[in-house]
Amino acid sequence: MVDVKHVSKVYGNKNVINDVSVKIAKGKITSFIGPNGAGKSTLLSMISRLIAKDEGEIYIDGMDVTRCKSNELAKKISILKQSNNINIRLTVKELVSFGRFPYSQGRLTKEDRKFVAEAIRYMELEDIQHKYLDQLSGGQRQRAYIAMVIAQDTEYVLLDEPLNNLDMKHSVQIMKVLRKLADELGKTVVIVIHDINFASCYSDYIVAMKDGRVIKEGTTDEIITPSVLNEVYDMDFKIEEIDAERICVFYS
Amino acid sequence: MKLIYLIIGFIILAVTSLFLGVQDISPLDLFSLTEAQAHVLLVSRIPRLVSIILAGVGMSICGLIMQQLTRNKFVSPTTAGTEDSARFGILVSLMLFSTASPLVKVLVAFFFALLGTFIFMKLLEKVKYKDAIFIPLVGMMFGSIVGSITTFFAYKNDLIQNMSSWLQGNFSTMIQGRYELLYISIPLVAVAYLYANKFTIAGMGEEFSVNLGLNHKQVVNIGLVIVALITATVVLTVGMIPFLGLIIPNIVTMYRGDNLQNSLSHTALLGAVFVLACDIFGRVVIHPYEIPIGLTVGVIGSGIFLYMIMRRKAYE
Repeated sequence: MVDVKHVSKVYGNKNVINDVSVKIAKGKITSFIGPNGAGKSTLLSMISRLIAKDEGEIYIDGMDVTRCKSNELAKKISILKQSNNINIRLTVKELVSFGRFPYSQGRLTKEDRKFVAEAIRYMELEDIQHKYLDQLSGGQRQRAYIAMVIAQDTEYVLLDEPLNNLDMKHSVQIMKVLRKLADELGKTVVIVIHDINFASCYSDYIVAMKDGRVIKEGTTDEIITPSVLNEVYDMDFKIEEIDAERICVFYS
Repeated sequence: MKLIYLIIGFIILAVTSLFLGVQDISPLDLFSLTEAQAHVLLVSRIPRLVSIILAGVGMSICGLIMQQLTRNKFVSPTTAGTEDSARFGILVSLMLFSTASPLVKVLVAFFFALLGTFIFMKLLEKVKYKDAIFIPLVGMMFGSIVGSITTFFAYKNDLIQNMSSWLQGNFSTMIQGRYELLYISIPLVAVAYLYANKFTIAGMGEEFSVNLGLNHKQVVNIGLVIVALITATVVLTVGMIPFLGLIIPNIVTMYRGDNLQNSLSHTALLGAVFVLACDIFGRVVIHPYEIPIGLTVGVIGSGIFLYMIMRRKAYE
C-alpha cells in the first residue's frame, strides 16, 4: 500500500500540494483526475522520489520513501513520465533491457533476458523489437516504454498521462494492458489521466484533485457522479450508463 | 560498418605510419635493422604511432561521453570550452610554477578543464532556448572567451609563442620522453567501458535515471572527470585537435545507435583510424615537410561539422 500523509510542496510562494493524505490500494488501478495545475503529476513524482516533498510523509509498504535506498526502491516502484519520451537511438529491446538495470546493473543474466522477452511479448512488440525508437510511431514508442516498466517488474507502476498524444485505438490498447497488469500480474497501477471516460471505464478507484488538494476519493462509482465532477472541474456533466459503464457527456 | 573492417583499416594505417618518414625503413628491414633505423623506430616512429592512437581514441570517447550526458549531438571538448580551459590551465601552470613538471602541468590543466566543463554544464541548465545548435554555439563562445583570456595573460608574460604551440595539435614532436603522459588515458578509457551502461541511462535524463535507481549526479560527474582528464593530457602533450570528439561519435552513432555499449569500440577504433589517416596525409602532402595534425583534422573536421549542421534535420 502507498500511504501519503499530510504531504505539502511549495514552489516559490505557491502551494502546489497542500496537506494531501491519500491511500492507494494494492493490486488495483487508481486514477488521479483533476484540472490542469491540480498537482496530480507533482504528487506522483513525490511518491516515486523524483522530486522532494517539503512536508509530510510517504510510505510504500511501510517504508519511508525518502529514507530508502534509491536502487532498492527501483525494484519496488517505477514511474513513467511523458518527459521520458525522448528521442534516443536505442532499439526497443535495448530500452526494455534497461528496465532490468536495478537488478543487474547492466550485466544481464539469463533471468533478466527472460523478463525482457516476456515484457516484449506482453506488449506485442516482437515484430519491432530491433527497430530504433526514433523510427516508431508515438503509440509504438509508448508501448515500448511501458514494456520497459514491465521488465522492471515493480509492484507499483506509476504512469503520468500515459495516453498523451495517442489516438483512440492506441489509448484503448494501453488501458487494456494496464487492466491486465492489475488483474493478471497483481500490480498496483497509478495513473494521472485527463480523459475522464477512460478513468471511468478502467479504474477501480479515483482520486479527484484540485488546487493542490484532494477533493474526493473513492470507488469509480462514487466519483463519477455529476455533483462530484462539477465540483472538480467547474462545469456541467451529464452521466449516461452505456453497457454498464458510466460515460460522461460534457461536450456542449 | 563491421568492426572487422575498422580493425583491418587500423592495422594497415598503423603499419604505414610506422614505415613512413624521411629515414627509409621498410617492413623488410625489420629483421636486419641498422642502428640508425632502430633508433628512429624506437625514439620517434613508435612513440608517434602510440600517441596518435591514444589521442584519437581518447578524444573520440570524450566526445561520445559528452554528447550522451548532454543529450546534444553537437557537444564535444571543442564545442564546450574544455580544450580552451585546459590550455588556460597550462598557461596558469607556466606562470605560477615556471619549472613545472609535466605531471603538475597536467594536474593544473585537468583542474581548469574540469572547471570549464562544469561552467559549461551550468550554462546549459540556464539556457532556456534549447535548440540543438544553440548549445554548442554557447560553448564555442565560452571557449573563445577563455581562449582570449589565455592570450591576454600569455601576452603580458611573454608566453605567446609557448601558448600557440598548444593551440595546434602536432604529432611531429612526439618522441620518446614527451608522449608518455598520454598513457593516463588508458585506464580512463577502461572506466568509460565499465560505465557505458550508466552513461547511456544518464543520457536519458535525470528522472529516467532515478526511476532505475541510478545516481545521476555521480555518473555525470564521473563522465566529466574522464573527459577533462583525457582532454588535459592530450592538449598538454599533442595540442588541441579540434572537432575530433565531435565528428567521430556522430558518425558512429548514426549506424550503431546511442547505446554506449555498442558504440564505444567503434568510436575508439574510428577515432584512431581517422587521426592516423589525417596524420599520414599531413606527412605525405608536402613531403619531406609536414602539416600539423591540428590543421588537417581542423579543416576536414570543420567541413564535416558544417555538413552535419546542414543536414541536422536527420538527427532530430
